[in-house]
Amino acid sequence: MTLHEFIHMGGYAFYVWNAYGIALVVLTVNVVQPIYRQRRLRARLVRRAARGSGL
Amino acid sequence: MWAYLHRLASPKYFYRWSGRLIPWFGAATAILMVIGLYDGLWLAPPDYQQGDSYRIMFIHVPAAWMSLFVYVLMAGIGTVGLVWRIKLAEMVAKSCAPIGASFAFLALCTGSLWGKPMWGTYWVWDARLTSELILLFLYLGYMALESAIEDPRTAGRAAAVLGLVGAVDVPIIHYSVIWWHTLHQGPTVFKAGGPSITVSMLIPLLIMAAAFHLFFITTVLMRTRLEVLEREASSAWVREAVGAR
Repeated sequence: MTLHEFIHMGGYAFYVWNAYGIALVVLTVNVVQPIYRQRRLRARLVRRAARGSGL
Repeated sequence: MWAYLHRLASPKYFYRWSGRLIPWFGAATAILMVIGLYDGLWLAPPDYQQGDSYRIMFIHVPAAWMSLFVYVLMAGIGTVGLVWRIKLAEMVAKSCAPIGASFAFLALCTGSLWGKPMWGTYWVWDARLTSELILLFLYLGYMALESAIEDPRTAGRAAAVLGLVGAVDVPIIHYSVIWWHTLHQGPTVFKAGGPSITVSMLIPLLIMAAAFHLFFITTVLMRTRLEVLEREASSAWVREAVGAR
């Protein structure tokens, strides 16, 4: 397979690459979202502990 | 043995051991994905009928399998949590829902993009597609119910019941292509007499399926850890775990 054939996907490039693109986006969101939420929660808990209230 | 398992399932210990496992599962997922994609997109030959469009299969089929697998797991673990009142089980079940919904969404989107060039339409209301769409709605309903109830324990119990009732959709999806005449093709891998798919296409498919499984394990552990932190936020060990870094 040549690079041109690979990108062209036998004329199905639009369908194949969109499918893979959507998969990339959905999977990335599933990884990034919990990391982001965990960071925010951690920051909130640290602030809370710094105030010394415990709650 | 039971005491050991019980200890592992306590939120505090879960937080510790899952934190150590996540990087390994994440790395294994990435490696298998790269191998599977290289094999599926580059090495595997084009299909004699479908040309290169069949390569959508390498994400469509694993995503669809996972959408069913995660639902069964979510309903099963939810029931365990419901019956034995295990906190961690409730949290794992809750964490399954958004990931399973993602897989169902992905299966529908990629299937649609595959259907257009092969069937001439993005969507058709046939048994397989409709029952998979219902599965996506079941996931979304599960998440909505979970977030609508303030108390997490009550929410977990309510969602578990919904999950269990909705499980009836799973065999319907699986057998839909046999019970009804649909546009969707019948099973080619899990069927009597073994898979009817050539090895050069089966291998990348199985590698991608394994990668999707590992991806699920990685992300469900991440989400459950977050859930543990949120629910146990006021306990001493969480303050310690957070303050230590």
